[in-house]
Amino acid sequence: MSTLANSKMSVQLQSKESTANEQMETSNSNVETSGIVYDTKDLNLWYSETHALKDINLSIHEKEVTAIIGPSGCGKSTYIKTLNRMVELVPGVQTTGTISYKNKNILDKSFKVEDLRTQVGMVFQKPNPFPKSIYENIVYGPKIHGIRNKKVLDEIVETSLRGAYIWDEVKDRLNENAYGLSGGQQQRLCIARALAVQPDVILMDEPTSALDPKSTLKIEELVQELKKDYSIIIVTHNMQQAARISDRTAFFLNGEVVEYDETDTIFTNPSDSRTEDYISGRFG
Amino acid sequence: MYALILCWVQMLEGVTGEMQKNSEVRHGESLNVSEMIAQNKNKKSISNLVEKLIPTFLFLLALITVLTTLGILYTLLSQAIEFFKQVPIWEFFTGTVLKPLSQNPEFGILPLISGTLISTFIAMLVAGPIGLMSAVYLSEYASDNVRRVLKPMLEILAGIPTIVYGFFAFTFVTPLIREIWPDVGATNILSPGLVMGVMIIPMIASLSEDAMTSVPNAMREGSLAMGATKLETTFKVVIPAAFSGIIASFVLGISRAIGETMIVTIASGSSKNFTFDITQSMQTMTAYIVEVSGGEAPAGSTIYYSLYAVALTLFVFTLIMNLLARYVSRKFREEY
Amino acid sequence: MIKQMDASQLRSRMNRRVRANTVWKTIFLLATLFGLFVLAILIIRVVSQGASWIDMDFLTGRLSTDAERAGIMGALLGTVWVMFVVIPVTLIIGVGTAIYLELYAKKGKFQSFIETNISNLAGVPSIVYGLLGLTVFVRLADLGNVVLAGGLTLALLVLPILIVSAQEAIRAVPAHLSEASYGMGATKWQTIRRVVLPAALPSILTGSILALSRAIGETAPLTVLGIPALLIPFPEGLFDTFTALPMQIYYWTLDSSLVAEYANLAAATIIVLLVLLFVLNSVAIFIRNKFQQRY
Repeated sequence: MSTLANSKMSVQLQSKESTANEQMETSNSNVETSGIVYDTKDLNLWYSETHALKDINLSIHEKEVTAIIGPSGCGKSTYIKTLNRMVELVPGVQTTGTISYKNKNILDKSFKVEDLRTQVGMVFQKPNPFPKSIYENIVYGPKIHGIRNKKVLDEIVETSLRGAYIWDEVKDRLNENAYGLSGGQQQRLCIARALAVQPDVILMDEPTSALDPKSTLKIEELVQELKKDYSIIIVTHNMQQAARISDRTAFFLNGEVVEYDETDTIFTNPSDSRTEDYISGRFG
Repeated sequence: MYALILCWVQMLEGVTGEMQKNSEVRHGESLNVSEMIAQNKNKKSISNLVEKLIPTFLFLLALITVLTTLGILYTLLSQAIEFFKQVPIWEFFTGTVLKPLSQNPEFGILPLISGTLISTFIAMLVAGPIGLMSAVYLSEYASDNVRRVLKPMLEILAGIPTIVYGFFAFTFVTPLIREIWPDVGATNILSPGLVMGVMIIPMIASLSEDAMTSVPNAMREGSLAMGATKLETTFKVVIPAAFSGIIASFVLGISRAIGETMIVTIASGSSKNFTFDITQSMQTMTAYIVEVSGGEAPAGSTIYYSLYAVALTLFVFTLIMNLLARYVSRKFREEY
Repeated sequence: MIKQMDASQLRSRMNRRVRANTVWKTIFLLATLFGLFVLAILIIRVVSQGASWIDMDFLTGRLSTDAERAGIMGALLGTVWVMFVVIPVTLIIGVGTAIYLELYAKKGKFQSFIETNISNLAGVPSIVYGLLGLTVFVRLADLGNVVLAGGLTLALLVLPILIVSAQEAIRAVPAHLSEASYGMGATKWQTIRRVVLPAALPSILTGSILALSRAIGETAPLTVLGIPALLIPFPEGLFDTFTALPMQIYYWTLDSSLVAEYANLAAATIIVLLVLLFVLNSVAIFIRNKFQQRY
C-alpha cells in the first residue's frame, strides 16, 4: 500500500516538475512562481454522450486567484466542479486524464471524495445556506468531521465569520435562521461555512451572479483578503471581475482551454484571436 | 430499527466527541481545525461501515413492498387453487347460483359479479357527472379564492371513513328512499350505490381537475379570442384536450367502487340472488368476503377457499382497472 | 361581422350562447356544492343522533349489551394500540423506501419496477389486505387476531400512501442544499441525515399523519381478520385481542335493526372517530404551515 503510494507519488512529482519547467519556459512570468496546487493533465469529460471537457491541461498556483472565464456552456463550471468531484453528482459522467492535487490523482476512484472536499471548499452560484441558524450553518462542516467540543466550535464560528468579514453583522444573532440574512450576507456566510473546516483551496462557481453590485464588491474585496491564506479558483461570467481580482485567467471555449496566462497578459495582449474576440465582447 | 441505528451512530459520535474534548485542552490558543479533522478521520471507521451498510439496509426496506405484492399473490393463488380443485373453474365463473352454506353447496360467482357491477354502475352514475361538473367548475369557472375554500372541503368528503358512509346509507338514505319508493327493501343495492357515488365524487373531481388545469392556457385563449364562451371553450377545447385524463379518473373511480366494502356490506345485505333488480338486496364480492371470513369458516373447507377465489377475481378486476388508468393517463401525458 | 350571417340572427344567437354559459355555470356550481350538501346532511344527522349519547361514561365505559351502559373505552384503547404498531412500522419502512428510491436507487428498470409495484399496491382493495393479514399474520405466523396482527395489516395497507408522500417530500428538498453539504466533504448518509431529512421532515410528518388517519378509519381488513366486538378485556399489549372504533361502529350499525338504540351508539362512536380524525388532520395542517421552509 505504502510503496504503491510512494511510487505513484514519485511519478506525480516528476510530472509536476516537468510541467513546472514547461510553465517557466512558455510564459515569461514576472510574477513569482509559487507552488502548484492543482495540476490537470489531458482531462477529458463526458456527460453520457456529450464531450464537455476536451484535453484540458492547466496548472493552478497556490495562494493565487485563478479566474476561469468563457461563454455559457463552455465547460468552465464543469471544470471547477471536477476539481472537487462534485461533477459526479450528475449520473453518467466519465473522465479520462489526471488531476493532481498535492501530488495525488483525485480522479482515482480510491481517492476519497469526502477527504478531497474537506480540503477543497466550494461556494456556489446561488447562496445556499442550510435552513438552520447561522451558528449551525458554520459548525456543520466541523461537526460532520467529528468535532463536538462546544468551546472549539464557538471559536471556529467566530474565526470563520471574521474570516469572511461578516462577524460584526451577525455576532448578535448567531442563533437566528440564516434565511433572515440578505443575499450578499448569505453568500458571505456560505464562504464562512467553507472556511470553517480550514480548507486549502476555495472553489467559487460564479459566486456573485445572484448578487447586487454592492454585495458583489464586498465579495470581491473578501476574495482579495482570502488569497493570502487560500488558493482560490473562481468561475465568472463577468470579465471585469476576472480582470479586477485574479492573478491568472483561463479562457474556456467549447470545452477547451483556449488560453491560460497571467490576467494582465490575457486582457492586454492575448495571443489567441478568439480570446481577443471574447474579451472585446464580439461574442459570448 | 432505523431509529435504533441512528441512536447508535449518535452515541458513537458522542464517544468520539468526549475523546476530542480531552485532546482539546492541550491544544490551547491556536486552533488548527484541519489537523483536528485529520485526527478524527482515523476514528471514522465505524461511520464508514454505517455508510456502506445504509444503502443495503434501505434496499431491504424497499423490498418489503415487493414482498407485500408477492404475499398477496401467493396467498390468493395458493388458496384459490385449492378451491378450484374442489369446484371446477368453469362452474365457478359461469354459475348463477351461490349457495355456500346449503347441504349441496353451489359456488357460482355471477351473483357477486352482478352485485358488484350494479353497485359500481349506480355509483358512477352519481360520481361521473357530478365529479366532472365539479372539476369543470373548479378548473374553469371558480376564482382562486373560491377554489381555495371548496377544494379542501371536497377533500374532507374523501377523508371520511367508509364505515361512516355505510352507517349513513343504512340508517338514513335507505329509509329516505323507502319513503318515496316503498318497494325498496330494507337492504338494497340502490342506496349503497348512491352513497358510494358521493364518496367517489372528490376523487373524480380532483383527478379530472388536474387533467384540465394541465391543458395549456394558450389553447383556452385561442378559443376565447374567437369569441367563444367559457362553456364552449370547456366542451370544445378543454375537455377534448384533457379527455384521457378524465377517462383515467373515471376508471380509477370504477376501481375504487369495485373494491369498496363497508358501505355495501352494511346497506346491501347478504342476499345472493342473481338479479338486476336494484330495489333488492345483492351481495358484492367484497361483502361476500366479509360475510364468509367473519362467519369463521373453518380453514380447509370449500367455503373457506371460496373466499380466496372471490378475492382473486376482485384483485384481478381492480388490477386491470388500475393498469388501464395508468395506460390511459400516460398516453395523455405524451400529448403536450 | 361575418358576412354570410344576418346581424340580428347573430346577435340572438350570441345572447343564447351567453345565457347558456351562465346557466351551466350555475349548474356546475351546484354540482360542486352537492357533495358538500351531502356532507352537511351526514354530519348533522350523525351529530343529532349521537351527540346526546356522548358523556364520560360512554367514553370510559366498557362494552355492554345494555345500550344505556355501553362504553367505547375498549375500542378507543384498541385503536390507540394498533396505532402504536402502525406508526413506527410505516415510518421506518416508508421513509426508508422513499430514501432508497429517491437518493440511492439508480434510475432504471429496477427502480421503476418498485415504483410501479407501489402504485399498484395503492390500488389494491383494502379487503384484500385483510386476507393477506388473515393468512400470513393471524394463521401462518399464528399470532391470532391480536393488536400486532391488526397493526401490521393496516401498516402494509397505508404504506404506499406514506412512501409516495415521503418521496415527494424528499424530492422537494432543493438540490443546492445537499450540494452545499457534499461540498463540505460530507458523505452521502451524513448529507441525508443532517440536511435532506430535516428539511423534508415536516412534509413527511404531514404525509404520515394522513396515512395514519386512513388506517384509523379502515374497517374492512379488520372484519376479515375476525376482530370481535364482544365483551373482551381491555388490550394491554401487542399480543392481546382487541376491537377498534370502526369495528364498534360496524357491529352497532348491523345490530341496530335488533336494538334501535344501537344506531345512536354507532352515531356517537362516529362522532368520536370523526373528532379524532379532525384533530389529526388539524395537526397535519398545522405542521405543514408552521414548518414549511422557505428556500
